Amino acid sequence: MQFMLLFSRQGKLRLQKWYVPLSDKEKKKITRELVQTVLARKPKMCSFLEWRDLKIVYKRYASLYFCCAIEDQDNELITLEIIHRYVELLDKYFGSVCELDIIFNFEKAYFILDEFLLGGEVQETSKKNVLKAIEQADLLQESQNEEWGGLSEDVL
Amino acid sequence: RTEIAEYRANRSVVPRCAVPCPARPGADTTAIMPAVSKGDGMRGLAVFISDIRNCKSKEAEIKRINKELANIRSKFKGDKALDGYSKKKYVCKLLFIFLLGHDIDFGHMEAVNLLSSNKYTEKQIGYLFISVLVNSNSELIRLINNAIKNDLASRNPTFMCLALHCIANVGSREMGEAFAADIPRILVAGDSMDSVKQSAALCLLRLYKASPDLVPMGEWTARVVHLLNDQHMGVVTAAVSLITCLCKKNPDDFKTCISLAVSRLSRIVSSASTDLQDYTYYFVPAPWLSVKLLRLLQCYPPPEDAAVKGRLVECLETVLNKAQEPPKSKKVQHSNAKNAILFETISLIIHYDSEPNLLVRACNQLGQFLQHRETNLRYLALESMCTLASSEFSHEAVKTHIDTVINALKTERDVSVRQRAADLLYAMCDRSNAKQIVSEMLRYLETADYAIREEIVLKVAILAEKYAVDYSWYVDTILNLIRIAGDYVSEEVWYRVLQIVTNRDDVQGYAAKTVFEALQAPACHENMVKVGGYILGEFGNLIAGDPRSSPPVQFSLLHSKFHLCSVATRALLLSTYIKFINLFPETKATIQGVLRAGSQLRNADVELQQRAVEYLTLSSVASTDVLATVLEEMPPFPERESSILAKLKRKKGPGAASALDDGRRDPSSNDINGGVEPTPSTVSTPSPSADLLGLRAAPPPAAPPASAGAGNLLVDVFDGPAAQPSLGPTPEEAFLRFVCKNNGVLFENQLLQIGVKSEFRQNLGRMYLFYGNKTSVQFQNFSPTVVHPGDLQTHILSGLGHPAPRQLSSPRGSPQTQVDGGAQVQQVLNIECLRDFLTPPLLSLPVTINKFFQPTEMAAQDFFQRWKQLSLPQQEAQKIFKANHPMDAEVTKAKLLGFGSALLDNVDPNPENFVGAGIIQTKALQVGCLLRLEPNAQAQMYRLTLRTSKEPVSRHLCELLAQQF
Repeated sequence: MQFMLLFSRQGKLRLQKWYVPLSDKEKKKITRELVQTVLARKPKMCSFLEWRDLKIVYKRYASLYFCCAIEDQDNELITLEIIHRYVELLDKYFGSVCELDIIFNFEKAYFILDEFLLGGEVQETSKKNVLKAIEQADLLQESQNEEWGGLSEDVL
Repeated sequence: RTEIAEYRANRSVVPRCAVPCPARPGADTTAIMPAVSKGDGMRGLAVFISDIRNCKSKEAEIKRINKELANIRSKFKGDKALDGYSKKKYVCKLLFIFLLGHDIDFGHMEAVNLLSSNKYTEKQIGYLFISVLVNSNSELIRLINNAIKNDLASRNPTFMCLALHCIANVGSREMGEAFAADIPRILVAGDSMDSVKQSAALCLLRLYKASPDLVPMGEWTARVVHLLNDQHMGVVTAAVSLITCLCKKNPDDFKTCISLAVSRLSRIVSSASTDLQDYTYYFVPAPWLSVKLLRLLQCYPPPEDAAVKGRLVECLETVLNKAQEPPKSKKVQHSNAKNAILFETISLIIHYDSEPNLLVRACNQLGQFLQHRETNLRYLALESMCTLASSEFSHEAVKTHIDTVINALKTERDVSVRQRAADLLYAMCDRSNAKQIVSEMLRYLETADYAIREEIVLKVAILAEKYAVDYSWYVDTILNLIRIAGDYVSEEVWYRVLQIVTNRDDVQGYAAKTVFEALQAPACHENMVKVGGYILGEFGNLIAGDPRSSPPVQFSLLHSKFHLCSVATRALLLSTYIKFINLFPETKATIQGVLRAGSQLRNADVELQQRAVEYLTLSSVASTDVLATVLEEMPPFPERESSILAKLKRKKGPGAASALDDGRRDPSSNDINGGVEPTPSTVSTPSPSADLLGLRAAPPPAAPPASAGAGNLLVDVFDGPAAQPSLGPTPEEAFLRFVCKNNGVLFENQLLQIGVKSEFRQNLGRMYLFYGNKTSVQFQNFSPTVVHPGDLQTHILSGLGHPAPRQLSSPRGSPQTQVDGGAQVQQVLNIECLRDFLTPPLLSLPVTINKFFQPTEMAAQDFFQRWKQLSLPQQEAQKIFKANHPMDAEVTKAKLLGFGSALLDNVDPNPENFVGAGIIQTKALQVGCLLRLEPNAQAQMYRLTLRTSKEPVSRHLCELLAQQF
């Protein structure tokens, strides 16, 4: 996989993950172009399209579009299920995920993705194993917060 | 801030999206802010995000962001040392701002500090920031690498994974240099945790993709292959990706992976849907791993070991069988995962292309998908069938689905699916169904999306040509293309129809009649005018007998379109008019009237004006005979790769046109038209593809058998020992003659004569080469190549070409490569001497260093002064040699002058001696040369002395000149 983008129906980018080296300018250009292309497609259309020399696999979940760019020899259907498995992971972690969870806890969304996909390849497909890694981290974090006596000091 | 409480209350009603559901109106809940869900404490961050979301305008957002940036900057610069938690929070805010699309130019150092925190979440945010905002500051990189190194060495698997993720995310060369050697060790170490192994494998993959040279192959590679046997499915999943990538470049080193992959695959495929626990996805066992294993196997040919192969074939059959079983779940995830494996299996079957049974089964399976209610499956089935169509085993099976595919082209609502259908029709086309497919594609073209029209036009044009049984059908098809989608018919397409009509005399009359009819339409596309103009100009005489298309009618029909056309088309029509004057003398007066009109003779466009003036003069000055010669029918076009096919390939990238291009392996379609010459009716014209070998097929009585293809002919003639007695001097002798002269015959044998005319000024030269075909047979693909030494630059000014004026209207883009029997073609070379040089250009063009001589006159005193200046031993070259020719002073003088030097009188005290001077002009430097030639009539000997400022030049000139006397 070359990159993954999450964006809203309004075209706002919610998450971007690049597995190939590209300049910031190029990334912005690609994002603009793809968001436009995908949003222009009608609901019943197929989830795959050719774009430049890549294949785009996308799927809409409620207000969010998940969009992956894969190479010519990559498998479209399994990519569709990569998206779904990622949604499941987010869902399990946040407990019924919604777009706002991803906005406000974007760093978590990145951490979960890193456990699941690395360097553009599937690293671990077991939901249990992925979430185990994340939850462990959260346990560490919560104990740390206690040291800081809650949130009282934390305004801006 | 009340939003936070509101969000908490609302959390349960916020739209859920775990299961794909149709979007609800207003699903974007802009006003609500979620609480932090789990284990988190960055309330300041949540507040900031919420503020940003509440900004009503872009300006407000930028203002808020700038305020935040100022705040963070002051915190970072402040005297009070920040605690880790605050640092984490601010770094995270910066990251958020960056991901919104704003530039961030600080905070890197704080992020790097976080890396060495021993609090997991601080470290984690630090790594995330570094991965997203990679910075090339070398001091930072040193610090980052240091932190990574510490974490890798920490033996804490969580920290190790974070560090590996960071390397994999950044994947830069610097990281590769720092860690590429360590990671293989971590990957195969016995005590590495599974999660670390997984990360290490994919981290290494990323580094290898970025800079393969940095990853050392070694003892570890064998152990990596054995990870395919690992008990942990996650480790296997990660390792297969790495192995697939590595084995592409080193297939032999990883060969053992074949049998391991087959046995792993076999275990998964035959396992029950619950065996693999968490690795089962919607009742499908390990779909990701299965797909990856099948992908890996596609890097290799079928297994050689019969047992392994048998086991694999069994697997493939099992997958095909399972596709027929009723689904275990109605969920789309189940069918997607199952079919992902199925499609990858079919890819492998196609890749092997050796199991007819499996290929046909695959084709039938895809056939079922063609009518599936899932658009995605129809799309993939069409795509996959395209590759099946190119296999000889399944081509026929694919063809049986033609009606379904045509139906898809007509009824699919998604343009990308229709495009796949068009691709498949193109791939399954052969002689038996060409007419049907072409007519369906033409019909589709009328309503096709603009985006794909040009491609469809190209495809129709290619199929029509390739599978034309009778060329009238071909002509009709192309004219239909122009009629339906004239704007999308590129030059290549209409050039092509002209080439084919020109080359095939059996279709010329039909073509003339058809274009004449097409032109009668009230509105016809300009491309039609171009094709019509050209064809009538060449073959209008074939239909002139019919009073309905008599010459004046033809002319006035064409001329009625003239004023609406672009300059290029009008230029073409003017050429048609002059051809008409030749074909139909009765139209001469009318046409001369048109040419003479002010609008032509004084046309603002230079090209049109020039044509009008020249054609008018030609028509009034030239006799009928001359006119007939000048305007003779175009000779057949040489056959090359179809320019249309080339265009389609460019358009679609490599491999796109391969289905047709590679030549189908189907023996039944081996008789596909190899170009324009498919039928035996034109045996008399040499086959376009059989270059000079045509000579061998039907040699003229006198011609010796050509020993090699045309490409080698010249090389053979020059390099090899003379196989047959040549008519003139040997090439070496001929070459030597040119040292002192510029024009003459360079080479001659029974086949070919090469004449040379050349002129040189300063460091520049121009050489005209004349290639004469001495046989009565046409040379095909005649392409002389000049290989020049680096110090000499040649530039082929004009390729080969008949200097006939008719070339003006020829639509050909590249030079002529045919030389008719008895004809001569000319080639012009521009030559620039960059530095002094010793080796003449290959094909032994008589370009020697002395050609760039500039004669220099000087007085005796100057001469001797310079002579003394050049007294170093290496600056002088001397040769004493026997005279080969009569010692005639006048001839010697002429030779020295021809050599290029000036002759200086009254310099040498002995009047019998010759003294010369000159400067060799090269682009880089000038070389002064002085020479003295002392004949000794009694001994029939000469002594030649050269002094120049460059040692090799002295020697070289001396040798060249010495051979002349």
